[in-house]
Amino acid sequence: MRMSGAEILIECLKREGVKHIFGYPGGVVLNIFDLLYDNEDLQVILTRHEQGAVHAADGYARSTGRPGVALVTSGPGATNTVTGVATAYMDSVPLIVLTGQVSTGLIGNDAFQEADIVGITRPCTKHNYLVKDVKDLARTLREAFYIATTGRPGPVLIDLPKDVTSDKTTFKWPEHVSLRSYNPTYEGNKWMIKQAARTIHKAKKAVIIAGGGVVLSNASKELRELAEYARLPVTMTLMGLGDIPGTHELSLGMLGMHGTYYANKAIQESDLLVAVGIRFDDRVTGRVKDFAPHAKIIHIDIDPTSIRKNVRVDIPIVGDAKRILKSLLSELKEEEDRAQWEPVRKAWLKQIGQWKKEHPLSYAYSDTVIKPQFVVEKLYELTKGNAIISTEVGQNQMWAAQFFKYDKPRTLLTSGGLGTMGYGFPAAMGAQLAHPGKTVIDIAGDGSIQMNIQELATCVLYKLPVKVAILNNQYLGMVRQWQELFFKERYSCSHLDTVPDFVKVAEGYGAVGLRAVKPSEVEPVIKAALKVKDRPVFMDFVVDWREKVFPMVPAGAAIDEMILGEEAEEKKTKKLRAVK
Amino acid sequence: MRHTISVLVENKFGVLSRVAGLFSGRGYNIESLSVDETIDPNISLMTIVTTGDDLIIEQITKQLNKLIDVIKVVDLTEVDHVEREMILVKIAPKQQDKAEALRLAEIFRGRVVDSSPKTYTFEITGDEKKIAAFVELIKPFGIKEFVRTGKIAIAREGVKKTR
Ligand SMILES: Cc1ncc(C[n+]2csc(CCOP(=O)(O)OP(=O)(O)O)c2C)c(N)n1
Ligand SMILES: [Mg+2]
Repeated sequence: MRMSGAEILIECLKREGVKHIFGYPGGVVLNIFDLLYDNEDLQVILTRHEQGAVHAADGYARSTGRPGVALVTSGPGATNTVTGVATAYMDSVPLIVLTGQVSTGLIGNDAFQEADIVGITRPCTKHNYLVKDVKDLARTLREAFYIATTGRPGPVLIDLPKDVTSDKTTFKWPEHVSLRSYNPTYEGNKWMIKQAARTIHKAKKAVIIAGGGVVLSNASKELRELAEYARLPVTMTLMGLGDIPGTHELSLGMLGMHGTYYANKAIQESDLLVAVGIRFDDRVTGRVKDFAPHAKIIHIDIDPTSIRKNVRVDIPIVGDAKRILKSLLSELKEEEDRAQWEPVRKAWLKQIGQWKKEHPLSYAYSDTVIKPQFVVEKLYELTKGNAIISTEVGQNQMWAAQFFKYDKPRTLLTSGGLGTMGYGFPAAMGAQLAHPGKTVIDIAGDGSIQMNIQELATCVLYKLPVKVAILNNQYLGMVRQWQELFFKERYSCSHLDTVPDFVKVAEGYGAVGLRAVKPSEVEPVIKAALKVKDRPVFMDFVVDWREKVFPMVPAGAAIDEMILGEEAEEKKTKKLRAVK
Repeated sequence: MRHTISVLVENKFGVLSRVAGLFSGRGYNIESLSVDETIDPNISLMTIVTTGDDLIIEQITKQLNKLIDVIKVVDLTEVDHVEREMILVKIAPKQQDKAEALRLAEIFRGRVVDSSPKTYTFEITGDEKKIAAFVELIKPFGIKEFVRTGKIAIAREGVKKTR
């Protein structure tokens, strides 16, 4: 059957199982939008900014594990996607980003709304394509989905010239995709796995570090089984929160720059690290030279470039975390003699328990001014942890990581690698669309929320009841924190001066706006917000602007050189609240 | 250390830019690069000369492998291999030096590919050392123009290849 490029595109999306597209129209993609006008299988969500569309597709993908799809026009539409694409690339999120392009005959002529988006996004996509001939379209789309979702996932961008969408050809669905130049490794090397089991067996102070790779490989069950069998404590990177439940006795919470005292301490004292699906980002390692000085490192990752990029590795295992963890556990069961190692592990866990007691995550509670951590705690308590949380970037992100306990993977959506302010709200919107009945909350800063605040309209239009908890401190708080601690309190450009009335902004868009200024108002506001099912809600929490994120490892320091909040705060108030 | 890496890639537009972008984006340097189609017109071969310590070279080969259009990466430095490079050099010797210049080219098994009343153009092929030696010796004759191809290399048969 002869079909136009636009028709082929829609047919392929359908066959790939796509139900939702986040998009924004423009001249060169009208052939495609025209077909979407009365298409019953594909729903287009019209966002208010292309960046919002890509982050929404990203939130959709992270929360479901299925690829998210965005469709935008050429030129400015395409360049507006770049931050979203780079965000997804850094965090290995499978996305298909379809950009319009001027007709093939005009490419290179600086035509109206022409941008070399393939050139621009080459370093921030897993792969990208310019389709020059409609005959290549079906195969290209098939390849794009295959590449985006296999191996280490990532965004794939496809640039579609206008004439390619109108040209006709005989449609043929490629049943199989295989690329001679792309064959991800899934099975881990058996010998290496054996070595790893032996090494774990011998270790006295082993720690597992679990990252986003565990989420991507759906390996949290295998991880937990391994940890429980071998009695190994688990710390998680920001991307890995939820790999094992935050409430689990073996969980040490997050490590790194704003990690827990006991996680960082355990890493530095350990004699073995079992790193699964992490890439040893500098926010995790601190000063690399002094990272885990006594530890051997077993590193499991599907991307060979992650291994030995930042830290030395003794036992590298390339492959899929799920399969490797499974084999590792069965190897361990052959290797291990419980009677021999149990007392050793017990002693190590006891030591860690001691550190937990000495310096739990804590903050100084107040009953006159709202502490931002208190808001996060309350969100956890009132949702019973049963929610999808997204975050913006800054202090809000770190408090969301520290004080909400993620019990399942895919329940924390946050821009880890790129640290994109403005990510959380549209991402929450995408997640809400994928999970209609679920509570989805963006834990936001007053600065970040203004970077994609326009998506309120989208949420109102599609009746997406996303809750936004704005920790309103009138500051670019994280910047202010650095300036207070490291720049002699010279607050250059970190005070926001004018912050809009978020309640009125919400109402102006047709959303619900709520505000809490006293600690006693926090709970009623959250409760009221959770009841709203047909509209987005802004909760404006006017919080203590002085509050800082602790522990903190200064940039360039070793991860046990932590500044602990308690020391500073204890002097001012005795009311320390430990968090379970 | 200096490494010669040979990279088999899909012969698609944009591939060169992906490879070059990888080097520039990650701060690796390219000392020389030569690219052309192989016997199979769908595949091109790039020969890249780069420098770095072991960890950097390991990252370079891994990152190259990670590019979707890259089919195979071989670090030839790890195996016994033959390297060649070609130069074309145009000199304008004084009348009394002409014979000497020709003799020099002959010693290096060069060929005269062009001559005019005032100039000779030599073609010299060889490995890095040979080329460097020739250039050193021909300099005093007055080099007018100089071009080189960049290195190409091939593994000797019967030696094990690394990934
Ligand atoms: C797009 C973008 N621009 C700048 C930054 C640098 N930055 C990191 S945190 C931060 C402040 C965020 O302020 P706010 O959203 O109010 O969060 P808070 O730290 O106050 O909780 C800034 C400017 C960034 N991460 N992203
Ligand atoms: Mg703020």
